[in-house]
Amino acid sequence: MKRIASELVRRPSTCLALLVIGIVALAAVLAPWLAPFSPDAQPFDGLSTEGAPLPPGSEYWLGTDTLGRDLLSRLLYGARTSLVIGVVANGVAVLIGMIVGVVAGYLGGVIGNVVMRFTDLMMAFPALLLAIVLAALLRPSLWIVALVIALVNWVQVARIVFTETRALAERDFILAERSLGAGNVRILVRHIAPHLLPTAIVWGTLGIATTVLIEATLSFLGVGVQPPQPSWGNIIYESQSYFQSAPWLVFIPGAVILATALSFNLVGDALRDLLDPTQRGRG
Amino acid sequence: MAVLLAQRLLQSIAVLFGVAIVTFLLLHYLPADPAALVAGRSATAQMIANVRHQLGLDLPLPLQFWNYISGLVHANLGRSYVQRSEVATLVAARLPATLVLMACGILVEVALGLTLGVIAALRRNGFIDRMVMTLAFIGVSSPQFVVALLLLYVFAAQLSWFPMSGYGTPAHVVLPALTLGLLGAGWYARMVRSAMIDVLNQDYIRTARAKGLSGSRVVLRHALPNALLPIVAMIGIDIGQFMGGVVVVEAVYGWPGIGQLAWQAIQQTDVPIIMGVTMVSSLAIVLGNLLADLVAPLLDPKIRIR
Repeated sequence: MKRIASELVRRPSTCLALLVIGIVALAAVLAPWLAPFSPDAQPFDGLSTEGAPLPPGSEYWLGTDTLGRDLLSRLLYGARTSLVIGVVANGVAVLIGMIVGVVAGYLGGVIGNVVMRFTDLMMAFPALLLAIVLAALLRPSLWIVALVIALVNWVQVARIVFTETRALAERDFILAERSLGAGNVRILVRHIAPHLLPTAIVWGTLGIATTVLIEATLSFLGVGVQPPQPSWGNIIYESQSYFQSAPWLVFIPGAVILATALSFNLVGDALRDLLDPTQRGRG
Repeated sequence: MAVLLAQRLLQSIAVLFGVAIVTFLLLHYLPADPAALVAGRSATAQMIANVRHQLGLDLPLPLQFWNYISGLVHANLGRSYVQRSEVATLVAARLPATLVLMACGILVEVALGLTLGVIAALRRNGFIDRMVMTLAFIGVSSPQFVVALLLLYVFAAQLSWFPMSGYGTPAHVVLPALTLGLLGAGWYARMVRSAMIDVLNQDYIRTARAKGLSGSRVVLRHALPNALLPIVAMIGIDIGQFMGGVVVVEAVYGWPGIGQLAWQAIQQTDVPIIMGVTMVSSLAIVLGNLLADLVAPLLDPKIRIR
């Protein structure tokens, strides 16, 4: 664990990515103390005299939105929404994927076959379209959005875990364990699960990037987190028609989404390099 | 080969059937009542019941499903609730626009990915190589709608090189195709790069060089064809990715394809159109995978023998 942490910090790009993740996490936790305004406050000088949003300046650091609300404050509170959905939805997706993959891979036979055919089917679904349909028809709230994303996102993990479990189940040490009289539960918990931990950690990180992007996309289409509760996607949704006159309202949140997703992707990728034993020792 | 083909075809049909069942059940159990929406806001309970009867929604579920599936077999996707027209007609009218968009997107992706990937493999650790790596990560981390708005802002609003939205001339397709293609180009380049590096290290390439062939001939005639295999598989898989992406891209650019059709239908709870577009998208994904499986053996004799 210590070795991995020090390896992670040694790469400049990963170090930077960890820093970004740290800042976003801090912003989410400390939003009420950091935000200069309430995310819903509409200060009297929040709009220009013509009623247009204000560009970034000394009072409103990142400018104001079309209703005169402070963009920085909304972004800070938006970090809560995006990060909560990112972590929860992806956590649920990884959990479902692990359970499905382990059960199908370890039991094999008819059950395994049926389960894996079902994942074939899920792979043939246009995932984003499915998420949009579900989110739109379920009258979205924060948790519904998280659930919808989890439901379309577990398949990849399930397939990877399935392949790994099946390979593990055929190894000699599992056979040895079984001939010593170990039951299925003991073998699964003590011998299979530890080998799958790296996969869980890697996908627990990489998947957050995908989840944050899907949440932003759903919110951008207006079927994700509903205003006035700020999320990075719905800040852009609310101001997209003003992107020519007030580009900061679209591109600042856009840059924040990109930076967050990029950081989770970089850290996840670095973790995969470090945790995958087959990669160890190569350059 | 014929056996394999038949097997894969049967599998694909089974998968499509499964998609139909799951979509049908999902849309049936979702807490949105299409009859109430079609009847309108001021409709009485009696009017809603009449609409429900007209749409066939009062039939028992298995019968509704049977009707739908038997229609599907005859390429009949049902009638739209709102537009009072055949779903198949509506989808067929919108499909060409989406296919043009996807084809151009894939073209951008493959052209950029191949060029950058080959250069990166030849000049390892050079500038282009580093750029490919960065581009690949930025590509998978970028929200598509922000890229779409950024391209619009720079190339349509500021520079006025391309129209803001619409459909019809080649100029209209440039920005949407770039939005679809740019983000994936980095991963293509990465895959081409690693495949090329593997190939370039092999003995027959050294032989070709030793024969005195020019560098470009070795790369283009001997190495590249063997590095193309993963790309073919990627294109097949990408069709699925694009099918989701077109909803966003078509919404931002006002592109009149099936993504826009689906988006309107979702907002109106027009279940038959949602079903129809989902089925057509799944068909595209399945065909894409099938294509990848079938083209691979044509390009690589090693797979054909197995």
